[in-house]
Amino acid sequence: MSSGETIIRVDGFTAAYNGQVILNRLSFEVHRGEVFVILGGSGCGKSTLLKHMIGLYAPAAGTILIDGHNISTAEGDERQQVLRKFGVMYQSGALFGSMTVLDNVCLPLQEFTNLPLDAIRVIASMKLQRVGLGGFDHHMPSELSGGMQKRAAIARAMALDPQVLFLDEPSAGLDPITSAELDELILSLARSLKITFVIVSHELASIFAIADRVIMLDKSVKGIVATGKPKELREHSDNAWVRQFFSRQASTDNPA
Amino acid sequence: MVTIVNAAKLRSDGPRSGVLKLAIDGRLDADSTGPVWRESTRLVTAARANNVDLDVASMDYCDGSGIALLIQLRRLQQKHGGKLEIHGLRPEFQELLDDWSQGSGETAPKAKVRTQLVEEVGRRAVEVWRDIHELITFVGQLGLALVKAARHPRTIRWRDTVLIAEEVGVNALPIVAMLSFLVGVIMAFQAAVALRQFGAEIFVANMIGLSVLREMGPLMTAIILAGRSGSAFAAEIGTMKVREEIDALKTMGLEPVRFLVVPRVLAALVMTPVLTVFADLLGVMGGSVVMMSLGFPLITFFHQLQLAVSYGSLVGGLVKAFAFGILIAAIGCLRGLQTENGASAVGLSTTHAVVSGIILIVFADGIFTIIYYLLWV
Ligand SMILES: Nc1ncnc2c1ncn2[C@@H]1O[C@H](COP(=O)(O)OP(=O)(O)O)[C@@H](O)[C@H]1O
Ligand SMILES: [Mg+2]
Repeated sequence: MSSGETIIRVDGFTAAYNGQVILNRLSFEVHRGEVFVILGGSGCGKSTLLKHMIGLYAPAAGTILIDGHNISTAEGDERQQVLRKFGVMYQSGALFGSMTVLDNVCLPLQEFTNLPLDAIRVIASMKLQRVGLGGFDHHMPSELSGGMQKRAAIARAMALDPQVLFLDEPSAGLDPITSAELDELILSLARSLKITFVIVSHELASIFAIADRVIMLDKSVKGIVATGKPKELREHSDNAWVRQFFSRQASTDNPA
Repeated sequence: MVTIVNAAKLRSDGPRSGVLKLAIDGRLDADSTGPVWRESTRLVTAARANNVDLDVASMDYCDGSGIALLIQLRRLQQKHGGKLEIHGLRPEFQELLDDWSQGSGETAPKAKVRTQLVEEVGRRAVEVWRDIHELITFVGQLGLALVKAARHPRTIRWRDTVLIAEEVGVNALPIVAMLSFLVGVIMAFQAAVALRQFGAEIFVANMIGLSVLREMGPLMTAIILAGRSGSAFAAEIGTMKVREEIDALKTMGLEPVRFLVVPRVLAALVMTPVLTVFADLLGVMGGSVVMMSLGFPLITFFHQLQLAVSYGSLVGGLVKAFAFGILIAAIGCLRGLQTENGASAVGLSTTHAVVSGIILIVFADGIFTIIYYLLWV
């Protein structure tokens, strides 16, 4: 659970592609240990926000601090240090197709540690076991189902024991059952390993199941329309549209 | 084909004191709206009347195209601040009209507009300039990565390098051998036909020796490499880009240039000269076959060859091959990294890799020719 201590601070952040502003002056914080969900309709800039938070793009304005380090300006050793604080699961999984699942998880360990190869194999295998993929070590990514690929991607993201895991649309393209299993995995990792999660999602059912706090982005304001716990937003948001949005699924999936 | 019964007809009156009267009779449907559309929009545009009275009381049918005409006429009127009044529209068509009139467009971002020729030329010029800029930046990054790799050979991904070298080199051997041999045969034969007139067929050996070692060997190898491996590099890396694997590398702190480009460039660097030696050998063999068929013993051919070519020719060709190998691998990787999103992007990158690869080879060959000319004269 959240300790209230800030691990990611986004301040006055503006994102633009070719001069066209996508997100305008966003500010929010993510607390250590919480499951933080970024929610919003298609094309409102969720992936854009995520890709800036993990340092793939530099913000047009504002700052993003991860554990006190500015991800967009960090270079050299400081950059490597920041990069090791988090792992990312991309929307498509982004496993390296030419390597086995185990080698995918071994890769970050080989590059960043001095551990002997057999130790690395054991550690990687342990991570795969933890996400429910014991026995799939020597499969190629293409031999796994969509849900399994995402689990493997989570295992790879966890290879170096990061403090934060970023997940881009974990439930995209999954059936509701597989998606619910993935939610359970996320919850159990958050609870037992105290990993902070930053998750892009638009699945209300999954948000109610896992999110400690959400921010809701909207295209029309190019920014945040709501922040808070999902249940509170459903009951007490000042914005009628937000209340309605959160009640929609709740009435069918989540009779409170 | 159904014959049009009762096709729509347009009657007009005016404009008189600011009022244009129009009437449409009959069936206003997709088959018959065309003539009425042209006529009525022309009248309304020309009149610029304050009021257009449109009488449709005797219009007995109207489909989507008819409704579109009504909406279009109203728009034309609104454009200059006039009004359109529709009389006698049947309730069911009124409903259709109301339904199609509602809805609004979002303020979408500016869509790509079709551009004029001059603008297009300018845009392309800027693109080419940007491309050159990116190429130079990339060469810098690559150079840096290669220097780093040379200083810390442990960081090179040797296993990948060996696998790629096998694919680039060993697997290309049959086609390089076959094409070089055939080109050798063809060139020798062509030369023999010309030289026979002077009774100088023996000089076919000189020609084959020089042209194969200096030009054909490296060039054939490089072009085959551009088609086989340059395109493959672009496709592999482009697919990784589309599948966010490049992003994954970056956030893992692994530089794509070190991780993906260096092994490919190293593999090409080593394999191109080796393949070129094979191409040289097979090209000369092709020439020797022709010479033997002309009645010259093999020993005579090789003796003449020895007189004609020096180690300089061989080494000059191999130095070129080195350069071609780097160029092809680098441009293939760059095109892969430049891949944009979307299903057709990888195909485009692959094409670009081959085209740019061949252009670069020819340019570089020209530069080498000048340098060698200055050195050897
Ligand atoms: N690399 C890019 N270049 C230009 N525009 C982009 C790029 N990536 C995304 N966009 C645009 O930014 C907007 C937000 O995209 P994105 O962040 O992917 O939305 P989401 O993930 O919320 O669906 C979209 O309008 C999209 O077209
Ligand atoms: Mg997205």
